[in-house]
Amino acid sequence: MSKHQRELIARRAAWEIQNGFYVNLGPGIPALAARFVPEGVEAVLVSESGVQGFGPLHHEHKGDRDLVDAANEPVALTPGASLFSSVDAYAMIRGGHLDLCIVGGFQVDERGNLANWMLPGRMVHGIGGVMDLACGAKRVVVAMEHRTPAKKPKILRNCTLPLTGLGVVHRVITELAVIDVTPQGLVLREVAAEVSVDEVCRETEAGLRVDKDLKIIQV
Amino acid sequence: MNKVIPDLKQAIADIQDGATIMMGGFGPCGIPENLIQALCDQGTRQLTVISNNAGTEDLGIGLLLRNHQVKKMIVSDVGQNRTFEELVRHGKLQIEFCPQGTLAERIRAGGAGLGGFYTPTGFGTIAAENKEARAWNGRHYVLELPLRAHFAFIKARKGDPFGNLMYRATARNFNPVMATAADVTIAEVEELVETGSLNPDEIHTPGIYVRRVVPGAHNAKPPRAEPEVRK
Repeated sequence: MSKHQRELIARRAAWEIQNGFYVNLGPGIPALAARFVPEGVEAVLVSESGVQGFGPLHHEHKGDRDLVDAANEPVALTPGASLFSSVDAYAMIRGGHLDLCIVGGFQVDERGNLANWMLPGRMVHGIGGVMDLACGAKRVVVAMEHRTPAKKPKILRNCTLPLTGLGVVHRVITELAVIDVTPQGLVLREVAAEVSVDEVCRETEAGLRVDKDLKIIQV
Repeated sequence: MNKVIPDLKQAIADIQDGATIMMGGFGPCGIPENLIQALCDQGTRQLTVISNNAGTEDLGIGLLLRNHQVKKMIVSDVGQNRTFEELVRHGKLQIEFCPQGTLAERIRAGGAGLGGFYTPTGFGTIAAENKEARAWNGRHYVLELPLRAHFAFIKARKGDPFGNLMYRATARNFNPVMATAADVTIAEVEELVETGSLNPDEIHTPGIYVRRVVPGAHNAKPPRAEPEVRK
């Protein structure tokens, strides 16, 4: 996956962020989306480290050892910020107060099941906040590559990896497509420019219904 | 009332082998590093540590792991810690992984006198294995049980002799909740201030939860007045 493609996914994911939203961005491609929030959209970033209202540091600022995001990276507060404990951070998350959470993914399946915390054979580093985020946010969007590095599909009929949450995903954004999870299964809403519906279907194990208003991804 | 114990060594002297200890901290922030160092020096073993992270190779709980003082960890996210990996691989460390919010709430339940709670987090996943599940209004929940400890190690920005504490920025994290859930809560403070000098409205942890206050001898982070606020 090239840097350019990761950026394309992040750019499209940023369009999910609407005015007035409280948003949690997972590490990796989702965090990259913070750079591409559309002009005029005022949203508040929330981190389970215990801060709402933050952004990247200015280049000249070395950061504050008491202030990090969930990836332990130093951040800067934005005007209107507030700070809180882990108990409060997770009451917000679990209690449905977050409008949107964008996370990375290893696998998503037809029923919106998500696997993104554990790869067999690799050392497990823990669960962290992702299970709480996946089941608690009002809307869960997965921003990920369409295939594994070995070119295997990641959007499956059934997840095979240990799950993060059951039926939690609302939308998947990849470099090829935007796909919604609906009670009737997966619906292809958008395809990338110069990518055919056939190609998306070939790279997706799960069945896809094509939206009659299928659009080209605008980034 | 004066809960101040000026000496770190003395503050932890009654912690015995096999104790369960909660330790605050999120990533590099709010780690009770001086208390942890004192525990390393004391050499207490067979510990059960309840914490969000496992520190790094040379900061926080990582030091206790390297010293083989920890028997079991109840933890959420260990990040990249080679000592931790090696101990787990060689069966020298028992691990109970907990979703981060569930860890926080289990500690809250322990401190607030609750017998447990039902959470939607982790339903249908490994985290819910062998746990009772129930459904209300079409939503599934998993029963999680409270956590308590013999001791809690807390890191605060400021504290007074009554044990009232204030934290700073994201160094707050698990510290205030852990302060509520141990038989003996020991708070390491960056700055010990006079009784009455903290604004009662701005105290995060009321002194009732805190048994001992000890000034931290050393802080890994450089002191800084205020976080950067971008305009």
